[in-house]
Amino acid sequence: MSYVNSRVRKKDAMSLVTGKPVYTGDLIPQNTLVVKLLRSPHANAFIEEINTAAALKVPGVAAIFTYQDVPTSRFTTAGQTYPEASPYDRLILDKHLRCAGDPVAIIAAETEAAALKAMNLIKVKYDVREPLLDFTKAKDNPILVHPEEDFKALCPVGADNRRNLCSTDVFEVGKVEEALSTCDVVLTRTYHTKANNQAMMETFRTYSYLDEYGRLSLVSSTQVPFHVRRILSNALEIPKSQIRVVKPRIGGGFGAKQSAVSEVYPAFVTLKTGRPAAIVYTREESMTNGSPRHEMQMTVRIGANKDGVIKAIDLYALSNAGAYGDHGPTTIGLVGHKSLSLYGGVEAARFACDVVYTNTMNGGAYRGYGATQGIYAVETAVNEMAAALHMDPCAIREKNMVLEGQVMRTYYNETCNSCTLDKCMAKAKEMMNWQEKFPAKVLENGHIRSVGVAMAMQGSGISGVDIASVEIRLNDDGFYTLLVGCTDMGTGCDTILAQMAADCLDCDIDRIAVRGVDTDQSPYDTGSYASSTTYVTGMAVVKTCEKLREKILEAGAKLLDIPVEDTEFDGKRVFCPGKDKEVSLSQIGYASFEGHNRCISASESHSSPVSPPPFMVGMVEIDLDPETGKVEIVDYAAAVDCGTVINRNLATVQTEGGIVQGIGMALFENIQYDKFGRMMNNSFLQYKIPTRLDAGKIRVEFESSYEPTGPFGAKSIGELVINTPAPAITNAIYNATGLYFRELPIRPEDIALGLLHKDEN
Amino acid sequence: MQITVTINGKKYTEDVAPDLVLLDFLRAHGCYSVKRGCETSNCGLCTVHLNGKPVLSCSVLAVRADGKSVTTLEGLQKEAEEFGGFLADEGGEQCGFCSPGFIMNVLAMVRELENPSEQEIQEYLAGNLCRCTGYQSQLRAIQKYLAWKQEGTK
Ligand code: FES
Ligand code: FES
Repeated sequence: MSYVNSRVRKKDAMSLVTGKPVYTGDLIPQNTLVVKLLRSPHANAFIEEINTAAALKVPGVAAIFTYQDVPTSRFTTAGQTYPEASPYDRLILDKHLRCAGDPVAIIAAETEAAALKAMNLIKVKYDVREPLLDFTKAKDNPILVHPEEDFKALCPVGADNRRNLCSTDVFEVGKVEEALSTCDVVLTRTYHTKANNQAMMETFRTYSYLDEYGRLSLVSSTQVPFHVRRILSNALEIPKSQIRVVKPRIGGGFGAKQSAVSEVYPAFVTLKTGRPAAIVYTREESMTNGSPRHEMQMTVRIGANKDGVIKAIDLYALSNAGAYGDHGPTTIGLVGHKSLSLYGGVEAARFACDVVYTNTMNGGAYRGYGATQGIYAVETAVNEMAAALHMDPCAIREKNMVLEGQVMRTYYNETCNSCTLDKCMAKAKEMMNWQEKFPAKVLENGHIRSVGVAMAMQGSGISGVDIASVEIRLNDDGFYTLLVGCTDMGTGCDTILAQMAADCLDCDIDRIAVRGVDTDQSPYDTGSYASSTTYVTGMAVVKTCEKLREKILEAGAKLLDIPVEDTEFDGKRVFCPGKDKEVSLSQIGYASFEGHNRCISASESHSSPVSPPPFMVGMVEIDLDPETGKVEIVDYAAAVDCGTVINRNLATVQTEGGIVQGIGMALFENIQYDKFGRMMNNSFLQYKIPTRLDAGKIRVEFESSYEPTGPFGAKSIGELVINTPAPAITNAIYNATGLYFRELPIRPEDIALGLLHKDEN
Repeated sequence: MQITVTINGKKYTEDVAPDLVLLDFLRAHGCYSVKRGCETSNCGLCTVHLNGKPVLSCSVLAVRADGKSVTTLEGLQKEAEEFGGFLADEGGEQCGFCSPGFIMNVLAMVRELENPSEQEIQEYLAGNLCRCTGYQSQLRAIQKYLAWKQEGTK
């Protein structure tokens, strides 16, 4: 039986659907202190005085901490490989409050009621300053978000706290100005994407305790347990050897939990009080002080000839880091690399960027990680170019898209070894019946049905940076334990890695017990982000299985007393072909646990010098009511090249889920602040994510290429799939109205007003 | 305030604070399937049955359950496994955090509506948010489950 490329149920599925207590919040022990944070009402302020005396008298209050109590080493909460590109720009608690909701005090109490009562009794005198809220005015603004002397950037990302710069960069291939000057048509367009909240259903949460060895132990809803260990060590100024991080089941992450948002607070309380402590973020806190997608403004200059050949693209992106630089310098890189590279043949391309600090909530990692913003801008510009040239937007792509075998000059000069983007385009057109439906038709009720298109890519892991290791042990009776350090957050990686192992070891998937993640026990893995798990950790599984097979053969040969060259292993037994000699895996397992033999296990790690992009084409059909401007998603066709599909169900659901998140970004989601810098839409009542009535019908097909460097030919899928809705829907709205909306989300009122003005003109 | 509530068939008589919500009362009694996803009655994660009818347990005071019977997924394990199997076969429980509330509402719908159309299903469950799956797999699972149930009653 082959498990790869089939529809295997997730290993944890039945415990999830029967509601078993497997998440962080279900595991918090009795008598754990409840941790709450007093948060700043001001976006830019200094604490002048803080008085906790009355609050400490509330019965049940165990401790209250202020900036005077915490360590003074700056750190980043971004979960990235050391040395992190994100500047070390924050303290656990700081005298300087840089955004609304920045923590002012940590309160630990026996009950939530006591903690909240104490919170109200803390007296704070603020020196309130004018906040810097407009990110387009942040660079070299006299208001400094990080005036401190001890601001530190570990990597040369161009950070300069005296200029509100978190990072800056530029790269160019070919000569952009020259190429643009020879084009028949050059368009310059500016696009604006907003901050979006990941809105995973399980908010940030962590509990901590001192274990039987006196070490600080955490159970946390995190995508990056090993990074959390280092972040805590930096923040708390204690050795990493004193910290253990365990990840149970996670209620969604989408990148939000690639930052240590909640971990430091209970950890600090436990360290100070010796007591178990837990923090569970409210939805409001998750909204106001999470780690959302970076808001960006992007200007695209695109040049093409009349025949539709795109010759040059020049892209400038300005990103709002917010108050802290988590993921700021790295997110921006993808804006360029993962958008321009869709057009492999361009003569010249340039990408320049600035990431700036402001007094708004800090950004973080959100599925797509900058590629989403960049692809929206470039794909929309390409659609605008198609319109300017009176071309079908599919046709212009067919002329210019990246092809297998091409060297991607804007993608670290990697060769595109696996790519069926052309087939994805053909497939999507067929699924959507594009020829028939493009561009639009008016229905009897006056509504307009129109279609739109976009392409997308992503990476598979961070080349030369991500490392994954796994260990597989053979046990008595011949079953295996697969130890992984990557974090299944609902994505199903525990299952797909077991599928791969089962195929490599020719065994039933139930004979593989998977265990992740405990930093004391699991082999090292950078964590689950950057679409790395299937591709990078998967390869570590393949390598480990190869090693393990060798060891099993050796052990079998020894037991059979024949040379190892004469033996074979078929998953159940080691045998000598043609001869009547065999020993079962179960016997080998038992023997390995006994006396003179050796335990059989293997552990390999993997890191990839390349990050092969998965590709896709997304096509949407919308129903637009020109009276009200309301847009409904009728149909979404997705043709995806993620290399070999490891699990059809999970890959399909990833795609469907990513597309619906993308629909949210395109039509509804927008983090908004009032003039004081306080987030206004801080609940699901105001911040609307798509419900099942907004999702429309989504159809997914795979056009698999084969990636030679991936496990079983696989690439990634998790992030890619969020990238097409925004540009495809923008395109469909244009095809319905003749208007391009260059700011997301595109709201009904924008469309209705746009149509009104169009009529007036 | 003293209340008597039956949770999954077992009777509890207890003193509770008047502002205690049913969600917290249930979790305090070991019903960990009941999740909280918001503070504004918008997510549906906390859905339980109160006297057989689906309610948002975050928006019902524990005292309102006095004299009534509450069912959570812990009390419907057989149905959870039945429908859950269909959901699992579609990959429709991604992180699974929304699954208990969603399944409670699906089970309520199946009791309430006979042969619901696709539109009726989507409307009935509109209050159950899911950020992972994009809802399609959940719909496929429901339709297959309904078909399977029809088969069974033939
Ligand atoms: S917790 Fe969100 S509706 Fe009850
Ligand atoms: S499966 Fe994660 S929220 Fe629904």
